[in-house]
Amino acid sequence: MNWQTYFIEFSYLLASILFILGLKGLSHPETAKRGMHLAEFGMMMAIIGTLMHFEIVSYTWIIVGLLIGSTLGAAMGVWVPMTAMPQRTALSHAFGAFAAALVGIAEYYSYTHGFKPLAELGHLKMSAMGFEIMLGSLTTTGSLIAFGKLQGIVPGKPLVYRGQNIFNMTLLAATVGLSIYLIFVPTAVVPFYVMLALAFVFGVLLVMPIGSADMPVVMSLLNSYAGLASAATGFVLSNNVLIIAGTLDGFSGFILSILMCRAMNRSITNVLFGAFGSAATAAIAEGQQGVMREVSVEDIAVQLAYANKVIFVPGYGLATAQAQHAVRELASVLENRGVTVKYGIHPVAGRMPGHMNVLLAEANVPYSQLYELEQINPEFPTTDVAVVIGANDVVNPDARDNPNSPIAGMPILEVDRAKSVVVLKRGQGKGFSGLENPLFFKPVTGMLYGDAKDTLTKLVSAVQHA
Amino acid sequence: MNSTTLIAALYVFALAAFLGYQVISRVPPLLHTPLMSATNAISGISLVGSIVIAGGTGPHHSTVAMILGFIAVVCSTTNVVGGFVITDRMLRMFKRKK
Repeated sequence: MNWQTYFIEFSYLLASILFILGLKGLSHPETAKRGMHLAEFGMMMAIIGTLMHFEIVSYTWIIVGLLIGSTLGAAMGVWVPMTAMPQRTALSHAFGAFAAALVGIAEYYSYTHGFKPLAELGHLKMSAMGFEIMLGSLTTTGSLIAFGKLQGIVPGKPLVYRGQNIFNMTLLAATVGLSIYLIFVPTAVVPFYVMLALAFVFGVLLVMPIGSADMPVVMSLLNSYAGLASAATGFVLSNNVLIIAGTLDGFSGFILSILMCRAMNRSITNVLFGAFGSAATAAIAEGQQGVMREVSVEDIAVQLAYANKVIFVPGYGLATAQAQHAVRELASVLENRGVTVKYGIHPVAGRMPGHMNVLLAEANVPYSQLYELEQINPEFPTTDVAVVIGANDVVNPDARDNPNSPIAGMPILEVDRAKSVVVLKRGQGKGFSGLENPLFFKPVTGMLYGDAKDTLTKLVSAVQHA
Repeated sequence: MNSTTLIAALYVFALAAFLGYQVISRVPPLLHTPLMSATNAISGISLVGSIVIAGGTGPHHSTVAMILGFIAVVCSTTNVVGGFVITDRMLRMFKRKK
């Protein structure tokens, strides 16, 4: 090996080690920043090493590409607001998967159009390539649809039609079938492009029927697929750092998906193919279970001001109302009066894993006040006021009490065990899943209607005067 | 890819999978969002593959492949830079109680 190859391989090895150390640093907020710097350094070394590759003929496209990409990436990184974090993440899945697919397509093109010796395209390589291209393509379109749903461009409701699952399965089978055919007849260029098109379509159809409330799982899955597509690229290019990084990403997404599914007490097949909306209509017992008690800002302000302990439970509504700063203000005012303030964060609150955490962190809520479900549930019975902001399913007692409910078995934040509950909600609607929430009808609960940010701001001044 | 390379690659994959599981299951839910953006940034290492393709490899290089490689470079770089910038931004927000 000449020195160039040594340098390149060494830089890849270094990058691999630093990536692992970087992710290890994410086990705690204190070590996280340093860990990321290590990973960034590793990435830089790997890129510099690659640029010295002896096979590179012209640097023009590369430099231009690097510049455009860096500008786009930096712009997105700096200007995207925290409330749009799920959308941005969906986009980055699309980019990553697309890049992997393109590399596969470019390689395939080179082999089948005489730019690279076809003899090198063995069965193993073609399998990896097919896998990479299929997964990359469907993740690209799937992520774009996820982006659309999150942004509201595509309807958030599950879009279902009869025979959908059979159609999707057939489509998948056809795509996989074509890729298997290509393993044995790699030069069949037309079937290749058909397979590519089918994969893109499948991605769309896969994500279309999934409702907004299930987004955390889908986001994690797409994260996983994008990573696996990169890993497959590593197999094709015989590049170990790609395999390692892709596998880390793939597994990360996979673990998150499982966590999300457990937090919703639904299996992954149910989320992907169950179209939550249709399940709900079958099982609901219709009719009001009583009357919802409306309360006023003044009542609640007094309750809060004289409470010993208050727990805030944020949901996606907090994000849509951009109320994270307002809740933080209210918390500060309460703390100045000696009230203990905590936040209960359900794992699937929001539209992606950890969504509520970054939203509140952005509002300068110290992370020591953010509690996970298992930690905070035992505290509700001793809590004077539980304030639910734009959350619905995650505090729905039916999950615990009603075995016939579509969300039965799902772990919830047991706010109904608190001494008093206040629910901040825009109106009397049923939320994204369309389920009635018995919490709203319980005597312990008071409903505070209106825009969350508005309501919270009013509460701040009311508490200050209480 | 001959079978020796494949087997070595599979070893790498298996070890990476185990290691990944160990490392990632230790990330608290608090940091799940930065985890997603960090892993996205890291998987942008596929940039490395796209660079070689966009640079044109071998004695005959195809323009089509170079253009596809170029687009892939743009996409991967966006992920790398954007991912690290956003992760950094998020991590800076997490503060202890004063």
